[in-house]
Amino acid sequence: MQTAIEFFNNPANYLWIYLLVFASILGFEIISKVPTILHTPLMSGSNAVSGIVIVGAILLVRMAQPDDYLSLSLGFLGVVLGMINATGGFFVTDRMLQMFKKKTK
Amino acid sequence: MLLAIVNLAFLIGAVLFARGLSLLSSPETARKGNIYAGAIGMGLAILGALFFPMDVPNNYLWIVAGLIVGGGIGYYVSYKVKMTAMPQMVAIFNGLGGACAVLLAMVEFNNYYLAEIPDGGTGALVSSALALIIGGVAFTGSFVAYAKLEEFIKDNFLVIPKYHHILNITLLLVLLGFTAWLVYLGPEGEMWMALVFMGIALYYGVSFVVPIGGADMPVVIALLNTFSGLSAASAGLIYNNKIMVVGGLLVGASGVILTVLMCKAMNRSLLNVLIGGFGGSAAGGKKGAQGEMVIKEVALNEAAIQLNYSKSVVFVPGYGLAVAQAQKVCKEIEDILEANDVEVRYAIHPVAGRMPGHMNVLLAEANVAYPKLLDLDEANAYLANADIAVIVGANDVVNPAALDDPSSLIYGMPILRVWDAKHVIVLKRSMRPGYAGIENPLFFHPKTHMLFGDAKDSLTKLVTELKAL
Repeated sequence: MQTAIEFFNNPANYLWIYLLVFASILGFEIISKVPTILHTPLMSGSNAVSGIVIVGAILLVRMAQPDDYLSLSLGFLGVVLGMINATGGFFVTDRMLQMFKKKTK
Repeated sequence: MLLAIVNLAFLIGAVLFARGLSLLSSPETARKGNIYAGAIGMGLAILGALFFPMDVPNNYLWIVAGLIVGGGIGYYVSYKVKMTAMPQMVAIFNGLGGACAVLLAMVEFNNYYLAEIPDGGTGALVSSALALIIGGVAFTGSFVAYAKLEEFIKDNFLVIPKYHHILNITLLLVLLGFTAWLVYLGPEGEMWMALVFMGIALYYGVSFVVPIGGADMPVVIALLNTFSGLSAASAGLIYNNKIMVVGGLLVGASGVILTVLMCKAMNRSLLNVLIGGFGGSAAGGKKGAQGEMVIKEVALNEAAIQLNYSKSVVFVPGYGLAVAQAQKVCKEIEDILEANDVEVRYAIHPVAGRMPGHMNVLLAEANVAYPKLLDLDEANAYLANADIAVIVGANDVVNPAALDDPSSLIYGMPILRVWDAKHVIVLKRSMRPGYAGIENPLFFHPKTHMLFGDAKDSLTKLVTELKAL
């Protein structure tokens, strides 16, 4: 209990909890009404956003010692995977939405 | 100065993620939304990560190489993939995001245990463990989902009947216990423990998805999307990086919303889907009554005449349409019929196919105008006055047992009431039951006529017949 109170009273932790709570609420609010037609694009588009994990991989590689080949190669792999996720997700979503668009004319 | 610019870039990136996703939920603005979130927002985040001022070796060569390789593969794959393979594609992308989070967590564990005085302390351990568990499920779970979609593995592969969910709950408890143990040990812990931990987390992902049946794939894909987002968010906690946390949580929230929508469309709880048990067990149920019922077949030319002289036709596509790649022939029939003043609509059930919105994507690829795609309620209203309903590869979503047979596994699931139309034509390969393994009384309905054969094949022949009229 004591540690929990200390944890919560630490302004840095408090700020993080704020961020977590509000980002989640925001997420639910902005996407609450989705028409069926956009289920797949929304999914693959948000999938691309989860490629944000690449930021961590980039920071990891930057912080690794130049002779720490384990971290470097794992980090490199992380950058590749994250980048496939981000670019692949973006382009495939765009391709799909282009198809949707053609017929509004 | 640089720090201020980078922080601003991260902030704008996070705002663009939120704005982009909200634009993605309306057809008119969706494309712009994707560019906001997926291109500009992501671009700013990557630039920010590259130039975030730190006194470190940087190793830019490694990073740039990774960006080029990953970007190249991502671009190439996204243009090569067929629209029918979209569920597999989304599954793989989810898995890669999860794998990335697992890598980050493992390197963090390694650094923590190698350091003389580990920094980050308990927080680093907890967030790494979290990223490892969630990322692990997203990673291996997605690859199992992929294997199921490609039919590399069968639905009951590696499943311990009846007790499988107990195994899964145990695994989850073991993982949580392991986390507590690592936190308790702190710097006393060792790398092999983290490796064992990773092994269990990866196996949990397999075990988690394996019992879930093919018909529940839309729920699984949406759920794995949630996990890939949450794993990115927990990796963000490792690096104290706010844009990762915000981006990951937004994805997580959108995934949860889709998951809930899919569950509602099947009238089942998420828990029920996760425990599985759909399929297999039900097969024996209604065999007795079936023998006395009669199936009526319809000849191709007769079906063509019926279609041609009706006023309104509703196509009801299902996974079979995707398997047969019959979407374009479907559109061809639509064109011929519309030229003869027959009104054509498509009735789309939310869980038709293998991922949320699967049918919409396929029909859009075939150039079907999206106002012609009716959702569940619109479709049921329309069907009441329609002349003919043509079922193309759908089964469970048009099964009347969902309405009137309390003993049926899908009882209570909202379905398309196709028998409200004057005639029903069912295109089907054989009398094999759908993936849920449930008999479909619709096939024996007095209004129903069966047209056996591969969906694409039958539709192509229908086109020929229609043109000959």
